[in-house]
Amino acid sequence: MKKLLNTLFVTTQGAYLSKEGECAVIKIDKVEKVRLPLHMLDGIICFGQITCSPFLMGHCAANGVTVTFLTEYGKFLCQVQGPTKGNILLRRAQYRQADNYLQSAMLARSFVIGKIGNSRVTLARALRDHPDKIDCEKMHYAQQLLAGCIKKLGNETDQERIRGIEGEAARIYFEVFDQCITSSDPLFCFNGRNRRPPVDRVNCLLSFLYTLVTHDIRSALESCGLDPAAGFLHKDRPGRPSLALDMLEEFRSYIADRMALSLINRGQIHANDFTVSATGAVLMKDDARKTLLTAYQKRKQDEIEHPFIREKMAVGLIWHMQAMLLARYIRGDIDMYPPFVWR
Amino acid sequence: MYAASDFIALSALQHFVYCPRQCALIHIEQVWAENSFTAEGRVMHERVDDGETSYRSGVRTTRSVLLRSSMLGASGIADVVEWHKSNSLEEPFPIEYKRGRQKKHDADKVQLCAQAICLEEMLNLTIPAGALFYGQTKRRFDVTFDSTLRAKTVSTAECVHELFRNGVTPLPEPGPKCTQCSLQELCLPKVVAHNRSAKEYVHKLLHELSEGEI
Repeated sequence: MKKLLNTLFVTTQGAYLSKEGECAVIKIDKVEKVRLPLHMLDGIICFGQITCSPFLMGHCAANGVTVTFLTEYGKFLCQVQGPTKGNILLRRAQYRQADNYLQSAMLARSFVIGKIGNSRVTLARALRDHPDKIDCEKMHYAQQLLAGCIKKLGNETDQERIRGIEGEAARIYFEVFDQCITSSDPLFCFNGRNRRPPVDRVNCLLSFLYTLVTHDIRSALESCGLDPAAGFLHKDRPGRPSLALDMLEEFRSYIADRMALSLINRGQIHANDFTVSATGAVLMKDDARKTLLTAYQKRKQDEIEHPFIREKMAVGLIWHMQAMLLARYIRGDIDMYPPFVWR
Repeated sequence: MYAASDFIALSALQHFVYCPRQCALIHIEQVWAENSFTAEGRVMHERVDDGETSYRSGVRTTRSVLLRSSMLGASGIADVVEWHKSNSLEEPFPIEYKRGRQKKHDADKVQLCAQAICLEEMLNLTIPAGALFYGQTKRRFDVTFDSTLRAKTVSTAECVHELFRNGVTPLPEPGPKCTQCSLQELCLPKVVAHNRSAKEYVHKLLHELSEGEI
Protein backbone atom coordinates (compact mmCIF):
# COMPACT_ATOMS: atom_id res chain seq x y z
CA MET A 1 0.00 0.00 0.00
CA LYS A 2 0.99 3.58 -0.56
CA LYS A 3 3.25 4.95 2.14
CA LEU A 4 1.56 6.90 4.89
CA LEU A 5 3.38 10.20 5.02
CA ASN A 6 3.12 12.86 7.64
CA THR A 7 1.09 15.98 7.55
CA LEU A 8 2.80 19.03 8.96
CA PHE A 9 0.38 21.11 11.00
CA VAL A 10 1.55 24.66 11.67
CA THR A 11 -0.47 26.32 14.40
CA THR A 12 1.92 28.89 15.85
CA GLN A 13 0.67 32.32 14.77
CA GLY A 14 3.22 34.35 12.84
CA ALA A 15 5.27 31.36 11.74
CA TYR A 16 7.11 31.63 8.40
CA LEU A 17 7.72 28.60 6.20
CA SER A 18 10.39 28.49 3.53
CA LYS A 19 12.29 26.00 1.42
CA GLU A 20 15.93 25.23 1.94
CA GLY A 21 17.20 22.50 -0.37
CA GLU A 22 14.79 19.60 0.00
CA CYS A 23 13.58 20.75 3.40
CA ALA A 24 10.76 22.86 4.75
CA VAL A 25 12.04 25.26 7.39
CA ILE A 26 9.77 26.85 9.95
CA LYS A 27 10.88 30.11 11.51
CA ILE A 28 9.22 31.94 14.34
CA ASP A 29 10.39 35.50 14.93
CA LYS A 30 13.17 34.84 12.40
CA VAL A 31 14.53 31.98 14.49
CA GLU A 32 14.58 28.53 12.92
CA LYS A 33 12.45 26.13 14.93
CA VAL A 34 11.88 23.09 12.73
CA ARG A 35 13.47 21.64 9.62
CA LEU A 36 11.72 18.74 7.87
CA PRO A 37 12.66 16.84 4.70
CA LEU A 38 9.84 17.34 2.20
CA HIS A 39 9.78 13.73 0.97
CA MET A 40 8.44 12.73 4.39
CA LEU A 41 5.37 14.90 3.95
CA ASP A 42 2.18 14.57 1.98
CA GLY A 43 0.70 17.81 3.17
CA ILE A 44 1.30 21.03 5.04
CA ILE A 45 -1.68 22.55 6.81
CA CYS A 46 -1.37 26.11 8.07
CA PHE A 47 -3.82 27.33 10.66
CA GLY A 48 -4.37 31.08 10.74
CA GLN A 49 -1.68 33.71 10.36
CA ILE A 50 1.07 31.63 8.76
CA THR A 51 3.15 32.75 5.79
CA CYS A 52 4.76 30.50 3.26
CA SER A 53 7.39 31.30 0.62
CA PRO A 54 6.37 30.91 -3.04
CA PHE A 55 9.36 28.63 -3.61
CA LEU A 56 8.19 26.22 -0.94
CA MET A 57 4.67 26.30 -2.37
CA GLY A 58 5.97 25.71 -5.90
CA HIS A 59 8.17 22.83 -4.85
CA CYS A 60 5.31 21.28 -2.90
CA ALA A 61 2.94 21.65 -5.87
CA ALA A 62 5.44 19.95 -8.14
CA ASN A 63 5.96 17.06 -5.73
CA GLY A 64 2.43 16.26 -4.71
CA VAL A 65 2.61 17.87 -1.28
CA THR A 66 -0.59 19.84 -0.75
CA VAL A 67 -0.28 23.12 1.10
CA THR A 68 -3.53 24.15 2.72
CA PHE A 69 -4.46 27.30 4.53
CA LEU A 70 -7.21 27.15 7.12
CA THR A 71 -8.34 29.78 9.59
CA GLU A 72 -7.12 29.39 13.12
CA TYR A 73 -10.32 27.47 13.83
CA GLY A 74 -10.04 25.11 10.90
CA LYS A 75 -12.24 26.74 8.27
CA PHE A 76 -10.93 26.06 4.79
CA LEU A 77 -9.39 29.08 3.04
CA CYS A 78 -7.38 27.81 0.11
CA GLN A 79 -5.05 25.16 -1.16
CA VAL A 80 -1.94 25.25 -3.29
CA GLN A 81 -1.56 22.38 -5.70
CA GLY A 82 0.03 21.49 -8.99
CA PRO A 83 -1.77 20.61 -12.22
CA THR A 84 -5.11 18.82 -11.79
CA LYS A 85 -4.46 15.17 -11.20
CA GLY A 86 -6.10 12.24 -12.87
CA ASN A 87 -8.00 12.37 -16.07
CA ILE A 88 -10.96 13.95 -17.68
CA LEU A 89 -12.53 10.64 -18.71
CA LEU A 90 -12.93 9.59 -15.10
CA ARG A 91 -14.36 12.98 -14.20
CA ARG A 92 -16.84 12.83 -17.04
CA ALA A 93 -17.93 9.36 -15.94
CA GLN A 94 -18.33 10.76 -12.42
CA TYR A 95 -20.49 13.66 -13.68
CA ARG A 96 -22.61 11.33 -15.82
CA GLN A 97 -23.30 9.13 -12.82
CA ALA A 98 -23.97 12.13 -10.60
CA ASP A 99 -26.56 13.28 -13.16
CA ASN A 100 -28.16 9.86 -13.25
CA TYR A 101 -30.85 9.53 -10.59
CA LEU A 102 -30.60 5.80 -10.00
CA GLN A 103 -26.78 5.68 -10.14
CA SER A 104 -26.60 8.51 -7.62
CA ALA A 105 -29.08 6.74 -5.39
CA MET A 106 -26.98 3.57 -5.43
CA LEU A 107 -23.85 5.45 -4.42
CA ALA A 108 -25.69 7.54 -1.84
CA ARG A 109 -27.02 4.31 -0.39
CA SER A 110 -23.49 2.88 -0.06
CA PHE A 111 -22.28 5.99 1.78
CA VAL A 112 -25.28 5.88 4.13
CA ILE A 113 -24.79 2.15 4.80
CA GLY A 114 -21.24 3.05 5.81
CA LYS A 115 -22.43 5.87 8.01
CA ILE A 116 -25.16 3.99 9.85
CA GLY A 117 -23.11 0.80 10.06
CA ASN A 118 -20.23 2.58 11.77
CA SER A 119 -22.60 4.51 14.04
CA ARG A 120 -24.16 1.27 15.15
CA VAL A 121 -20.72 -0.19 15.89
CA THR A 122 -19.79 2.85 18.01
CA LEU A 123 -22.89 2.35 20.17
CA ALA A 124 -22.20 -1.39 20.41
CA ARG A 125 -18.68 -0.62 21.68
CA ALA A 126 -19.94 1.73 24.36
CA LEU A 127 -22.40 -0.93 25.50
CA ARG A 128 -19.66 -3.52 25.66
CA ASP A 129 -16.96 -1.35 27.24
CA HIS A 130 -18.87 0.28 30.08
CA PRO A 131 -22.32 -1.20 30.58
CA ASP A 132 -22.16 -0.02 34.22
CA LYS A 133 -22.08 3.66 33.26
CA ILE A 134 -24.77 3.86 30.64
CA ASP A 135 -28.48 3.39 30.17
CA CYS A 136 -28.22 0.00 28.51
CA GLU A 137 -31.89 -0.28 27.69
CA LYS A 138 -31.89 3.02 25.86
CA MET A 139 -28.72 2.09 23.98
CA HIS A 140 -30.02 -1.34 22.98
CA TYR A 141 -33.16 0.26 21.70
CA ALA A 142 -31.19 2.84 19.68
CA GLN A 143 -29.09 0.03 18.22
CA GLN A 144 -32.21 -1.84 17.17
CA LEU A 145 -33.58 1.28 15.55
CA LEU A 146 -30.33 1.73 13.63
CA ALA A 147 -30.45 -1.90 12.53
CA GLY A 148 -33.97 -1.15 11.27
CA CYS A 149 -32.66 1.85 9.31
CA ILE A 150 -30.02 -0.34 7.66
CA LYS A 151 -32.67 -2.90 6.78
CA LYS A 152 -34.79 -0.19 5.18
CA LEU A 153 -31.78 0.92 3.11
CA GLY A 154 -31.41 -2.58 1.70
CA ASN A 155 -33.84 -2.19 -1.18
CA GLU A 156 -34.09 1.57 -1.32
CA THR A 157 -33.51 3.20 -4.70
CA ASP A 158 -35.09 6.58 -4.04
CA GLN A 159 -32.64 9.38 -3.25
CA GLU A 160 -35.00 11.34 -1.06
CA ARG A 161 -35.96 8.32 1.00
CA ILE A 162 -32.27 7.43 1.41
CA ARG A 163 -31.61 10.95 2.70
CA GLY A 164 -34.62 10.56 4.97
CA ILE A 165 -33.27 7.32 6.44
CA GLU A 166 -29.90 9.01 6.94
CA GLY A 167 -31.50 11.87 8.85
CA GLU A 168 -33.52 9.53 10.98
CA ALA A 169 -30.43 7.45 11.81
CA ALA A 170 -28.40 10.55 12.71
CA ARG A 171 -31.18 11.67 15.08
CA ILE A 172 -31.33 8.24 16.77
CA TYR A 173 -27.56 8.13 17.11
CA PHE A 174 -27.07 11.63 18.51
CA GLU A 175 -29.97 11.19 20.92
CA VAL A 176 -27.95 8.55 22.76
CA PHE A 177 -24.45 9.83 21.98
CA ASP A 178 -24.19 11.47 25.42
CA GLN A 179 -24.33 7.95 26.90
CA CYS A 180 -20.91 7.26 25.36
CA ILE A 181 -19.35 10.12 27.33
CA THR A 182 -18.18 8.72 30.64
CA SER A 183 -16.52 11.89 31.93
CA SER A 184 -18.29 13.16 35.02
CA ASP A 185 -17.61 16.79 34.11
CA PRO A 186 -21.01 18.38 33.41
CA LEU A 187 -19.34 20.75 30.92
CA PHE A 188 -18.95 17.76 28.61
CA CYS A 189 -22.67 17.22 28.39
CA PHE A 190 -24.03 16.69 24.90
CA ASN A 191 -27.51 17.64 23.76
CA GLY A 192 -27.39 16.99 20.05
CA ARG A 193 -25.36 18.31 17.18
CA ASN A 194 -24.90 22.04 16.74
CA ARG A 195 -22.42 23.92 14.61
CA ARG A 196 -21.50 27.17 12.90
CA PRO A 197 -20.48 27.86 15.56
CA PRO A 198 -20.57 24.95 17.99
CA VAL A 199 -22.00 26.05 21.33
CA ASP A 200 -20.65 23.27 23.52
CA ARG A 201 -17.33 21.55 23.99
CA VAL A 202 -18.26 18.19 22.50
CA ASN A 203 -19.62 19.80 19.35
CA CYS A 204 -16.50 21.96 19.13
CA LEU A 205 -14.33 18.82 19.14
CA LEU A 206 -16.56 17.02 16.65
CA SER A 207 -16.61 19.93 14.21
CA PHE A 208 -12.86 20.30 14.28
CA LEU A 209 -12.33 16.57 13.73
CA TYR A 210 -14.84 16.48 10.87
CA THR A 211 -12.91 19.33 9.23
CA LEU A 212 -9.64 17.40 9.49
CA VAL A 213 -11.10 14.20 8.08
CA THR A 214 -12.90 16.07 5.28
CA HIS A 215 -9.60 17.67 4.37
CA ASP A 216 -7.86 14.29 4.14
CA ILE A 217 -10.69 12.71 2.16
CA ARG A 218 -10.70 15.62 -0.25
CA SER A 219 -6.98 15.13 -0.93
CA ALA A 220 -7.49 11.38 -1.35
CA LEU A 221 -10.28 11.93 -3.90
CA GLU A 222 -8.23 14.46 -5.79
CA SER A 223 -5.20 12.21 -5.92
CA CYS A 224 -7.40 9.52 -7.52
CA GLY A 225 -8.54 11.98 -10.16
CA LEU A 226 -12.07 12.42 -8.81
CA ASP A 227 -13.76 15.79 -8.48
CA PRO A 228 -14.36 16.32 -4.77
CA ALA A 229 -17.17 18.75 -5.52
CA ALA A 230 -19.43 16.43 -7.53
CA GLY A 231 -21.31 14.41 -4.93
CA PHE A 232 -24.03 11.79 -5.00
CA LEU A 233 -25.60 12.02 -1.56
CA HIS A 234 -24.84 15.72 -1.08
CA LYS A 235 -26.25 17.89 -3.81
CA ASP A 236 -24.04 20.30 -5.72
CA ARG A 237 -23.44 23.63 -4.10
CA PRO A 238 -20.66 25.93 -5.25
CA GLY A 239 -17.75 25.87 -2.84
CA ARG A 240 -18.92 22.72 -1.13
CA PRO A 241 -16.79 19.56 -1.47
CA SER A 242 -19.91 17.40 -1.82
CA LEU A 243 -18.17 14.15 -2.73
CA ALA A 244 -15.73 14.57 0.17
CA LEU A 245 -18.75 15.08 2.43
CA ASP A 246 -20.40 11.97 0.97
CA MET A 247 -17.37 9.90 1.88
CA LEU A 248 -17.02 11.63 5.23
CA GLU A 249 -20.30 9.95 6.20
CA GLU A 250 -18.49 6.61 6.31
CA PHE A 251 -15.82 7.99 8.59
CA ARG A 252 -17.62 10.38 10.97
CA SER A 253 -18.37 7.85 13.66
CA TYR A 254 -15.43 5.51 13.09
CA ILE A 255 -12.71 8.17 13.26
CA ALA A 256 -14.00 11.50 14.50
CA ASP A 257 -16.69 10.61 17.05
CA ARG A 258 -14.61 7.87 18.58
CA MET A 259 -11.55 10.11 18.79
CA ALA A 260 -13.55 12.85 20.49
CA LEU A 261 -14.93 10.30 22.94
CA SER A 262 -11.55 8.86 23.80
CA LEU A 263 -9.97 12.30 24.25
CA ILE A 264 -12.74 13.22 26.69
CA ASN A 265 -13.12 9.86 28.40
CA ARG A 266 -9.40 9.37 28.92
CA GLY A 267 -9.04 12.89 30.24
CA GLN A 268 -6.65 13.99 27.49
CA ILE A 269 -8.79 17.06 26.95
CA HIS A 270 -10.34 18.99 29.82
CA ALA A 271 -13.24 21.39 30.09
CA ASN A 272 -10.83 24.29 30.67
CA ASP A 273 -9.11 23.61 27.34
CA PHE A 274 -11.88 25.65 25.73
CA THR A 275 -12.94 29.27 25.74
CA VAL A 276 -16.53 30.40 25.45
CA SER A 277 -17.09 33.62 23.57
CA ALA A 278 -19.65 36.29 24.43
CA THR A 279 -22.05 34.83 21.87
CA GLY A 280 -21.75 31.35 23.33
CA ALA A 281 -19.51 29.98 20.57
CA VAL A 282 -17.02 27.50 21.98
CA LEU A 283 -13.41 27.56 20.79
CA MET A 284 -10.52 25.26 21.49
CA LYS A 285 -7.39 26.69 23.11
CA ASP A 286 -4.04 26.29 21.33
CA ASP A 287 -2.74 23.48 23.49
CA ALA A 288 -5.92 21.45 23.16
CA ARG A 289 -5.74 21.82 19.40
CA LYS A 290 -2.18 20.52 19.50
CA THR A 291 -3.19 17.57 21.68
CA LEU A 292 -5.95 16.75 19.24
CA LEU A 293 -3.74 17.03 16.14
CA THR A 294 -1.09 14.81 17.71
CA ALA A 295 -3.70 12.22 18.64
CA TYR A 296 -5.14 12.37 15.12
CA GLN A 297 -1.75 11.81 13.51
CA LYS A 298 -1.12 8.90 15.85
CA ARG A 299 -4.51 7.38 15.14
CA LYS A 300 -3.80 7.48 11.42
CA GLN A 301 -0.76 5.28 11.97
CA ASP A 302 -2.70 2.42 13.58
CA GLU A 303 -2.96 -0.58 11.29
CA ILE A 304 -6.15 -2.45 10.44
CA GLU A 305 -7.14 -4.97 7.81
CA HIS A 306 -9.35 -3.41 5.17
CA PRO A 307 -12.61 -5.38 5.31
CA PHE A 308 -13.12 -5.55 1.53
CA ILE A 309 -9.54 -5.58 0.21
CA ARG A 310 -8.41 -7.80 3.11
CA GLU A 311 -5.01 -6.18 3.25
CA LYS A 312 -3.36 -4.51 6.21
CA MET A 313 -3.05 -0.77 5.97
CA ALA A 314 -2.70 2.29 8.12
CA VAL A 315 -5.97 3.88 9.22
CA GLY A 316 -4.80 7.09 7.50
CA LEU A 317 -4.81 5.29 4.16
CA ILE A 318 -8.29 3.84 4.38
CA TRP A 319 -9.85 6.85 2.67
CA HIS A 320 -7.25 6.59 -0.10
CA MET A 321 -8.38 3.02 -0.60
CA GLN A 322 -12.04 4.05 -0.54
CA ALA A 323 -11.31 6.80 -3.07
CA MET A 324 -9.58 4.27 -5.29
CA LEU A 325 -12.46 1.83 -4.97
CA LEU A 326 -14.87 4.63 -5.83
CA ALA A 327 -12.82 5.51 -8.93
CA ARG A 328 -12.72 1.84 -9.90
CA TYR A 329 -16.49 1.59 -9.48
CA ILE A 330 -17.10 4.71 -11.54
CA ARG A 331 -14.83 3.32 -14.26
CA GLY A 332 -16.77 0.06 -14.21
CA ASP A 333 -14.01 -2.16 -12.81
CA ILE A 334 -16.09 -3.33 -9.85
CA ASP A 335 -19.83 -3.90 -9.60
CA MET A 336 -20.59 -1.69 -6.59
CA TYR A 337 -18.92 0.77 -4.28
CA PRO A 338 -18.19 -1.14 -1.06
CA PRO A 339 -18.55 1.22 1.91
CA PHE A 340 -16.06 1.03 4.73
CA VAL A 341 -17.55 -0.41 7.89
CA TRP A 342 -15.30 -1.45 10.73
CA ARG A 343 -16.56 -3.95 13.27
CA MET B 1 -0.43 8.90 -40.74
CA TYR B 2 -1.37 10.54 -37.50
CA ALA B 3 -1.71 14.23 -36.70
CA ALA B 4 0.75 15.58 -34.13
CA SER B 5 -2.15 16.32 -31.78
CA ASP B 6 -2.90 12.58 -31.62
CA PHE B 7 0.67 11.48 -30.93
CA ILE B 8 1.23 9.07 -28.09
CA ALA B 9 4.36 8.73 -25.99
CA LEU B 10 6.92 6.26 -27.30
CA SER B 11 7.16 4.80 -23.82
CA ALA B 12 3.45 3.87 -24.04
CA LEU B 13 4.38 1.12 -26.49
CA GLN B 14 6.71 -0.43 -23.94
CA HIS B 15 4.03 -0.14 -21.26
CA PHE B 16 1.40 -1.69 -23.53
CA VAL B 17 3.49 -4.76 -24.36
CA TYR B 18 4.31 -5.20 -20.68
CA CYS B 19 0.69 -4.79 -19.58
CA PRO B 20 -2.16 -3.05 -21.43
CA ARG B 21 -3.74 -2.07 -18.11
CA GLN B 22 -0.50 -0.47 -16.93
CA CYS B 23 -0.40 1.49 -20.17
CA ALA B 24 -3.97 2.72 -19.65
CA LEU B 25 -3.36 3.59 -15.99
CA ILE B 26 -0.31 5.68 -16.83
CA HIS B 27 -1.41 7.30 -20.07
CA ILE B 28 -5.19 7.49 -19.78
CA GLU B 29 -5.87 7.60 -16.06
CA GLN B 30 -2.64 9.55 -15.61
CA VAL B 31 -1.65 7.90 -12.39
CA TRP B 32 1.89 7.32 -11.34
CA ALA B 33 3.53 5.78 -8.33
CA GLU B 34 7.16 5.23 -7.68
CA ASN B 35 8.82 2.19 -6.16
CA SER B 36 12.47 1.28 -5.76
CA PHE B 37 12.61 -0.01 -9.36
CA THR B 38 11.21 3.12 -10.93
CA ALA B 39 13.37 5.30 -8.66
CA GLU B 40 16.51 3.43 -9.67
CA GLY B 41 15.49 3.74 -13.31
CA ARG B 42 14.89 7.45 -12.92
CA VAL B 43 18.29 8.01 -11.31
CA MET B 44 19.96 6.00 -14.05
CA HIS B 45 18.21 8.06 -16.71
CA GLU B 46 19.18 11.32 -15.03
CA ARG B 47 22.78 10.24 -15.57
CA VAL B 48 22.26 8.97 -19.10
CA ASP B 49 20.16 11.88 -20.31
CA ASP B 50 22.49 14.75 -19.57
CA GLY B 51 22.05 15.93 -23.16
CA GLU B 52 25.78 16.06 -23.80
CA THR B 53 27.42 14.95 -27.02
CA SER B 54 30.67 13.00 -26.79
CA TYR B 55 33.11 11.45 -29.21
CA ARG B 56 35.24 8.34 -29.11
CA SER B 57 37.09 6.52 -31.91
CA GLY B 58 34.86 7.47 -34.79
CA VAL B 59 31.60 7.27 -32.82
CA ARG B 60 29.63 10.38 -32.00
CA THR B 61 27.25 9.86 -29.06
CA THR B 62 24.20 12.09 -28.63
CA ARG B 63 21.92 11.91 -25.59
CA SER B 64 18.25 12.74 -24.99
CA VAL B 65 17.44 12.80 -28.70
CA LEU B 66 13.94 14.07 -29.55
CA LEU B 67 12.05 11.71 -31.85
CA ARG B 68 8.77 11.56 -33.74
CA SER B 69 7.01 9.45 -36.31
CA SER B 70 3.77 10.32 -38.10
CA MET B 71 3.48 6.73 -39.25
CA LEU B 72 3.47 5.40 -35.66
CA GLY B 73 1.76 8.53 -34.35
CA ALA B 74 4.27 8.70 -31.53
CA SER B 75 6.96 10.94 -30.15
CA GLY B 76 9.44 10.77 -27.35
CA ILE B 77 13.07 10.82 -26.41
CA ALA B 78 15.83 8.31 -27.12
CA ASP B 79 18.29 7.94 -24.24
CA VAL B 80 21.31 7.62 -26.50
CA VAL B 81 21.89 7.55 -30.24
CA GLU B 82 25.33 6.57 -31.42
CA TRP B 83 26.36 7.67 -34.88
CA HIS B 84 28.57 5.03 -36.44
CA LYS B 85 30.78 6.11 -39.32
CA SER B 86 30.39 3.98 -42.41
CA ASN B 87 32.07 5.27 -45.51
CA SER B 88 31.42 9.01 -45.53
CA LEU B 89 28.01 8.64 -43.82
CA GLU B 90 26.99 8.37 -40.20
CA GLU B 91 24.56 5.59 -39.37
CA PRO B 92 22.40 6.14 -36.28
CA PHE B 93 22.35 3.35 -33.70
CA PRO B 94 19.77 3.90 -30.92
CA ILE B 95 20.46 2.62 -27.42
CA GLU B 96 17.83 2.41 -24.72
CA TYR B 97 18.94 2.19 -21.09
CA LYS B 98 16.95 -0.02 -18.76
CA ARG B 99 17.39 -0.51 -15.06
CA GLY B 100 17.02 -4.27 -14.66
CA ARG B 101 18.10 -7.20 -16.76
CA GLN B 102 17.20 -8.70 -20.11
CA LYS B 103 13.60 -9.89 -20.17
CA LYS B 104 11.64 -12.65 -21.86
CA HIS B 105 9.01 -10.30 -23.20
CA ASP B 106 9.55 -7.93 -26.11
CA ALA B 107 8.50 -4.69 -24.43
CA ASP B 108 11.95 -3.10 -24.41
CA LYS B 109 12.69 -4.27 -27.95
CA VAL B 110 9.44 -2.77 -29.22
CA GLN B 111 10.26 0.57 -27.60
CA LEU B 112 13.73 0.54 -29.16
CA CYS B 113 12.37 -0.46 -32.56
CA ALA B 114 9.86 2.41 -32.36
CA GLN B 115 12.77 4.78 -31.76
CA ALA B 116 14.49 3.39 -34.85
CA ILE B 117 11.33 3.83 -36.92
CA CYS B 118 11.22 7.47 -35.78
CA LEU B 119 14.84 8.03 -36.75
CA GLU B 120 14.27 6.38 -40.10
CA GLU B 121 11.30 8.61 -40.83
CA MET B 122 13.07 11.77 -39.66
CA LEU B 123 16.32 11.08 -41.51
CA ASN B 124 14.94 9.11 -44.46
CA LEU B 125 17.23 6.11 -44.11
CA THR B 126 17.15 2.53 -42.86
CA ILE B 127 18.45 1.43 -39.50
CA PRO B 128 19.24 -2.26 -39.20
CA ALA B 129 20.03 -2.49 -35.49
CA GLY B 130 20.25 -0.84 -32.09
CA ALA B 131 20.99 -1.98 -28.55
CA LEU B 132 19.48 -2.33 -25.09
CA PHE B 133 21.70 -1.67 -22.10
CA TYR B 134 20.68 -3.19 -18.77
CA GLY B 135 21.89 -1.48 -15.63
CA GLN B 136 21.67 -4.44 -13.29
CA THR B 137 23.81 -6.76 -15.42
CA LYS B 138 25.70 -3.90 -17.11
CA ARG B 139 25.24 -5.84 -20.34
CA ARG B 140 24.46 -4.48 -23.74
CA PHE B 141 22.40 -6.54 -26.20
CA ASP B 142 22.18 -5.81 -29.87
CA VAL B 143 18.68 -5.84 -31.28
CA THR B 144 18.08 -6.42 -34.99
CA PHE B 145 15.09 -4.63 -36.40
CA ASP B 146 13.74 -7.55 -38.43
CA SER B 147 10.33 -7.62 -40.08
CA THR B 148 8.71 -9.50 -37.18
CA LEU B 149 9.79 -6.90 -34.62
CA ARG B 150 8.81 -4.06 -36.95
CA ALA B 151 5.36 -5.55 -37.50
CA LYS B 152 4.88 -6.00 -33.76
CA THR B 153 5.93 -2.40 -33.14
CA VAL B 154 3.52 -1.02 -35.72
CA SER B 155 0.62 -3.14 -34.44
CA THR B 156 1.40 -2.16 -30.84
CA ALA B 157 1.21 1.51 -31.80
CA GLU B 158 -2.17 0.82 -33.43
CA CYS B 159 -3.38 -0.92 -30.26
CA VAL B 160 -2.31 2.03 -28.11
CA HIS B 161 -4.13 4.46 -30.41
CA GLU B 162 -7.22 2.24 -30.20
CA LEU B 163 -6.91 2.25 -26.38
CA PHE B 164 -6.80 6.07 -26.41
CA ARG B 165 -9.84 6.26 -28.70
CA ASN B 166 -11.84 3.99 -26.39
CA GLY B 167 -10.57 5.50 -23.17
CA VAL B 168 -11.49 2.30 -21.34
CA THR B 169 -8.92 0.82 -18.98
CA PRO B 170 -8.59 -2.92 -19.68
CA LEU B 171 -9.15 -5.32 -16.81
CA PRO B 172 -6.01 -6.70 -15.19
CA GLU B 173 -4.51 -10.08 -15.89
CA PRO B 174 -2.67 -10.70 -12.64
CA GLY B 175 0.65 -12.46 -12.94
CA PRO B 176 4.22 -12.45 -11.69
CA LYS B 177 4.81 -9.11 -13.42
CA CYS B 178 2.41 -7.45 -10.96
CA THR B 179 4.84 -7.84 -8.05
CA GLN B 180 7.35 -5.57 -9.81
CA CYS B 181 4.80 -3.01 -10.89
CA SER B 182 4.77 0.24 -8.96
CA LEU B 183 1.10 0.76 -9.82
CA GLN B 184 -0.07 -2.34 -7.99
CA GLU B 185 -1.76 -0.36 -5.24
CA LEU B 186 -3.58 1.81 -7.71
CA CYS B 187 -4.43 -1.05 -10.06
CA LEU B 188 -5.75 -3.45 -7.40
CA PRO B 189 -5.21 -6.41 -9.75
CA LYS B 190 -6.51 -9.09 -7.41
CA VAL B 191 -9.57 -7.21 -6.24
CA VAL B 192 -10.60 -6.26 -9.74
CA ALA B 193 -9.62 -9.35 -11.73
CA HIS B 194 -10.81 -12.01 -9.34
CA ASN B 195 -14.13 -10.33 -9.62
CA ARG B 196 -14.47 -10.15 -5.89
CA SER B 197 -18.01 -8.94 -5.93
CA ALA B 198 -18.65 -5.72 -4.09
CA LYS B 199 -22.38 -6.38 -4.53
CA GLU B 200 -22.11 -9.59 -2.55
CA TYR B 201 -19.97 -7.84 0.04
CA VAL B 202 -22.54 -5.07 0.49
CA HIS B 203 -25.36 -7.61 0.60
CA LYS B 204 -23.62 -9.52 3.39
CA LEU B 205 -22.82 -6.28 5.19
CA LEU B 206 -26.48 -5.22 5.08
CA HIS B 207 -27.58 -8.54 6.45
CA GLU B 208 -25.07 -8.57 9.31
CA LEU B 209 -25.69 -4.97 10.31
CA SER B 210 -29.44 -5.27 10.31
CA GLU B 211 -29.83 -8.75 11.77
CA GLY B 212 -26.82 -10.00 13.65
CA GLU B 213 -25.06 -9.01 16.81
CA ILE B 214 -22.10 -6.77 16.16
